[in-house]
Amino acid sequence: MTTIDSHHTPAKVRSSEPGWKRYLAASHFRNAEDEFDACKLGFWLFLATEVLLFAGLFCAYAMFRMLYPEAFAAGSHHLKVIYGGTNTVVLLLSSFTVAMSIRCAQTDNQKWLRINLVITIICALLFFFIKFYFEYIPKWTSGIRPGLLYTNPFAAHPQEPTWWSVYYGATGIHALHVLIGASLLSWCLYRSIRYKAYGPTHYTMLENAGLYWHLVDLIWIFLFPLLYLID
Amino acid sequence: MTTIDTPHDIGHGGHHDEGSYLTPPPGGVFATIIHWATTVDHKKLGVMYLGAVLTMFLIGGLAALAVRTELWAPTRILADGTATGQLFHSAKSVAAGYQIYNRVFTLHGAVMVFLVIVPGVPATLGNFLIPIMVGAKDVAFPRLNLLSWYIYCTGAIFAILALLQGGVDTGWTFYTPYSSSHANNAYGAVVLMTTAAFILGFSSILTGLNFIVTVHKLRCPGMGWFDMPLFIWGMYATSIIQVLATPVIGITLLLLIFERVFHVGIFDPAMGGDPVLFQHFFWFYSHPVVYVMILPGMAIVSELIAVHSRKPIFGYRAIAFASLGIAAVAFLVWGHHMFASMGELAASIFSALTFLVAIPTAVKVFNWIATLYKGSIAWNTPMMYALAFLFLFSIGGLTGLPLATLATDMHLHDSYFVVAHFHYVMMGGTIIAFIGGLHHWWPKITGKMYNEWGGLLGCALVFIGFNVTFFTQFFLGTQGMPRRYASYVDEFQTLHQISTVGAFILASGMLVHVITFLTSLISGPKAPPNPWGGLTLEWYTESPPIEHNFHHEPIVKHGPYDYEDVYPPHCDPADFPLPEPLAAGARAH
Repeated sequence: MTTIDSHHTPAKVRSSEPGWKRYLAASHFRNAEDEFDACKLGFWLFLATEVLLFAGLFCAYAMFRMLYPEAFAAGSHHLKVIYGGTNTVVLLLSSFTVAMSIRCAQTDNQKWLRINLVITIICALLFFFIKFYFEYIPKWTSGIRPGLLYTNPFAAHPQEPTWWSVYYGATGIHALHVLIGASLLSWCLYRSIRYKAYGPTHYTMLENAGLYWHLVDLIWIFLFPLLYLID
Repeated sequence: MTTIDTPHDIGHGGHHDEGSYLTPPPGGVFATIIHWATTVDHKKLGVMYLGAVLTMFLIGGLAALAVRTELWAPTRILADGTATGQLFHSAKSVAAGYQIYNRVFTLHGAVMVFLVIVPGVPATLGNFLIPIMVGAKDVAFPRLNLLSWYIYCTGAIFAILALLQGGVDTGWTFYTPYSSSHANNAYGAVVLMTTAAFILGFSSILTGLNFIVTVHKLRCPGMGWFDMPLFIWGMYATSIIQVLATPVIGITLLLLIFERVFHVGIFDPAMGGDPVLFQHFFWFYSHPVVYVMILPGMAIVSELIAVHSRKPIFGYRAIAFASLGIAAVAFLVWGHHMFASMGELAASIFSALTFLVAIPTAVKVFNWIATLYKGSIAWNTPMMYALAFLFLFSIGGLTGLPLATLATDMHLHDSYFVVAHFHYVMMGGTIIAFIGGLHHWWPKITGKMYNEWGGLLGCALVFIGFNVTFFTQFFLGTQGMPRRYASYVDEFQTLHQISTVGAFILASGMLVHVITFLTSLISGPKAPPNPWGGLTLEWYTESPPIEHNFHHEPIVKHGPYDYEDVYPPHCDPADFPLPEPLAAGARAH
């Protein structure tokens, strides 16, 4: 009598059955469909909070760009469009594959569900690699750092360190989200391989992880032009 | 409403031998602790939150008493350089004593705002009542609910660590550049305190998110949006603000931590940053959060007034929409905290928008008064608190208007007038409603009745003490006493002393409440399922509720306030007679 799930009669579990068929909705929902809707509504609300979190950063960006347009232009010249552009393509591709993996869950295509997830995770890692290896590390070692840590002697504008604070703040928090998203998708992949957890009648976790990944993509779509494509 | 078996009852809980949620599991004390620490039951979590919030309320309250005691006398420096009148004195210097004062009032403010008033009502009464009131077995995401309790506790631990590090002297608003570049010598304390507020924000978001989904998806059959009790409407509006405003304080405090640790120069003017940006960010959250504090108070008062005057609430839809209206306007008024640092046009617009808040608020107050008119008013503690709320909140609301007016605000800004104003709203509004609600639902939560005379005595002391403490501060403010000062000119001493006496009367009232509640827990008579004759769903189940709230999924067949044509459940109809012309056609419950 301790938990909300206690009223379920334990189902006769046949391990040969895929996980999505064995799934029972939590007992405080009327049925699995209600549970799915509730989880999705909850997750959309969570995504709204994420957008608002980044809204603060975009506000700071707008304000400092208005105050120091030359510093922003000068700082932006240090960014290579080729890296940012590649990362944009990588994330767009991964957004497509994650959507395809959800589609595969709906049609019970377990093999392509996993292949699509693997491609998505590889894209996430590729994004991370490009971000760190080609962008963060060379800049950091040459003294292009945020705020007081800035030691590069060739600053084109006295307020350039402020631009780098905004750059590192925005892309750093975004990179953290890439990492969290990739972890969620890896967890989905593990559960898919281990239990065949996602199928036509139950794919809540995969759906929400996919939504999260689209958010990560969406934020980058805004960050890329604001950071890389300004004069 | 009936509690008949429904065809889809399978899997919906309901063993008739099911015990109260307070029944300890077999296996002794240790098993009970584990059971409570891992529970996902919203009722237990509500009680756990209540314990945590009241502990923090005690800490914040003691800090307030210390602040008032320091202000008993101004600091007078004698000829030999020593000072009198300092409660917090330091061997080093007089100024070092002032530093301690700064830390104590910051502790009071930060604890009361972030750990008591913001989570207070939603996490305790909201958690306990929302699922029961909508006829559900639990909130939509029970495990998330447990997680948010642990996040709350983590935040509280961070705040206490900051305190042990020597405390923070920035005020609860953490204004930059003081908080980012100067503040006190305890380098880590500001970061710890900011992290605490950041973590507490997560707890707040998760609770709000959970409530919104619960209200949308778990209402029982027959309960449309306008059949919900007004408590739910108030909580729903609160949750919307929590979810939409809290992320902004999240990013703000994160940037402040970056500023403090890495010196990134976002808020520090010495490095080209903008301290006013911090204020905009901070108040974009913290002003809406003022309504996170007051809306639950209003939600409680709607219930108290309707139940204890046995009248259908006047203007149900007006009150419900006023809650949403306040939530909407809440996001548009943050600028009134920075009138001095913006242009005249922007300040005028923010001033006008601030006046707008008065409209939905007044709608609610007038509706409550219209509900009381010709009602059969019960003179018990919940009702007394509801009336106290009406008085105090009206004073608090009306004194907000001179602060929203540009010309008068220039004079009153950062004075004790502001202090008195927001205490009338936060303490006189939210905390008063909270204590009233606690009395109202105490029989439901604990299954014990409290002593009515104890409750009334406590209420009287709190009401008198509160007014003595804070009404004097309106005078102090208009005469020019600035807020946050450890000392003052001699002319203010009489008023300060009256205020301090009031604070101790207030504290004695709280003590009476504590004694009343403890006595009730130990030896209170068993509470009937429906001691007040309420019609909302929580009065249909036992006191305390059973493990799964209801034996069968309820089906709602009447409105929450239909006192004119429904006999209350579990009550003798003779005790709650219906109005004469209607009694003949009344439906039995």
